[in-house]
Amino acid sequence: MDSIISMNNVNKYYGDFHVLKDINLTVKPKEKIVLLGPSGSGKSTLVRLINRLEEHQHGQIIVDGITLNENVKNIEKIRSEVGMVFQSFNLFPHLSILENLTLAPIKVRKENKASAEKRAMELLERVKIADQALKYPGQLSGGQQQRVAIARALCMQPKIMLFDEPTSALDPEMVKEVLDVMVDLAKEGMTMMCVTHEMGFAKEVADRVIFMDAGQIVEEDNPHQFFSGPKSERGQQFLSQIL
Amino acid sequence: MSLEKQGVATGWNFLSQESGFEIGETLIEYWSDETYLKALWVGLLNTVYVALIGNVLAVLVGLFIGVFSMSPNWMISRICRFYVEIARNIPLLLQLFFWYSLFNELLPAVDQAYSLGDMVFLSQRGLKFPWFMAGHWEIPTLSGFDFTGGGTLTPEFLSLIMGLVFYTGAYNAEIVRAGIESIPRGQWEAAQSLGLTRIQMLIKVIIPQSMQVAIPPMISQLLNLSKNSSLAVAIGFPDFVTIANTTLNQTGQAVEVISLIMIIYLFMSLSTSFIANLYHRSIAHKGAER
Repeated sequence: MDSIISMNNVNKYYGDFHVLKDINLTVKPKEKIVLLGPSGSGKSTLVRLINRLEEHQHGQIIVDGITLNENVKNIEKIRSEVGMVFQSFNLFPHLSILENLTLAPIKVRKENKASAEKRAMELLERVKIADQALKYPGQLSGGQQQRVAIARALCMQPKIMLFDEPTSALDPEMVKEVLDVMVDLAKEGMTMMCVTHEMGFAKEVADRVIFMDAGQIVEEDNPHQFFSGPKSERGQQFLSQIL
Repeated sequence: MSLEKQGVATGWNFLSQESGFEIGETLIEYWSDETYLKALWVGLLNTVYVALIGNVLAVLVGLFIGVFSMSPNWMISRICRFYVEIARNIPLLLQLFFWYSLFNELLPAVDQAYSLGDMVFLSQRGLKFPWFMAGHWEIPTLSGFDFTGGGTLTPEFLSLIMGLVFYTGAYNAEIVRAGIESIPRGQWEAAQSLGLTRIQMLIKVIIPQSMQVAIPPMISQLLNLSKNSSLAVAIGFPDFVTIANTTLNQTGQAVEVISLIMIIYLFMSLSTSFIANLYHRSIAHKGAER
């Protein structure tokens, strides 16, 4: 299999509003893709189509060999293979950090508690937060919560990780601790799709930058090329405003 | 003084007098030659019994209907909403009359009772079922005009429970629904993105959080059901109010009996809310402190 995600002529509407227009995109295993673009351009929606948090109306999406459609079992299967990290963390506030990590492995993968907890502790170690394992999300800082959220997604041993503006809700001094974790993850060969405004991160890890505007993919390029001079006028305009 | 003219002495002495009346159903043994105090105790136990069973069932109904009224299946959610609107908008007293007449009019006479494997019988005499008594299982058998042996739920008890549960269950369902709706969409999305099924999401993520919101208003529904159980007097179930009423009529001790009713209900309500609040506190603040 040469592509782990493929989208063919995907169209998505919110009522009459045409959010995504004729999206064609293939992602290879271990590829790291950063999605850039002004707000409202559809980048988050595109990412959320991949684990079907949003439904598309036309076109075809195949993730890890499974075509996304109404089939609930397929959707649940794909979701267990695709990790997602949200802007607002969305940890489960009534569960301890450790329970946040082990819930899905135990319930979805039917893994036994001991082995799920063992892997969870290793992951918490990796995101440098193992000493907080028995606390509750409300007792952690934003940066710590987001690292827990990443560990929670990883605890399902996903093949793909989706990031939807993971650092946008963080205080500036906490952005780096989260980005460091993401960079490490990228170096280990995870397939990643990130919506982000962190240009430094995009330059460092992206294999490909996808620039979107008004629901369309305007430009796809390697980061070096994109940041040194976008081909499209809209891309140039975008870069001139943020850099 | 008019009380003296009627031969009524104030005070609590009447409690030790012989009551002289029978009680249709009792949880403990009771005879008509026992005291008013014993009769009132029997009534109180019946009230507590109804409140306990009624509340447990009403909370279960509330949970199920509340969750299913959020179902993505249009039919299921419509049916749940329909039930809630019906049950909340008809006065409880009328509903009790409805259930009582249903049990008395619609069910067959005792010799034509509906039976389930000749073990469980439903008729105008209520629901008869096998029950463990004096060291062995007794199966109800028809002899003469009624069944003997086994356990009984009388039509009065059944209609009271049905009415209270049907009515309060609808309010509980609305509370559960509001609790579920108060959970941010991100919680659903996070649970979905981990691959949890809808049932797993509800049980592990959504319901535990919505309970923290739902419990305080639910406590007031527990109290409502307990207090509303006093409408038993309208359909002749011998709860505390029914028996206190008879006591009042026979002794004329209005002030004492009414105060007794008020004190008992006040005590029952306060202890219910005390226990429920303890439970709420034990689950509410988990992890909330920063």
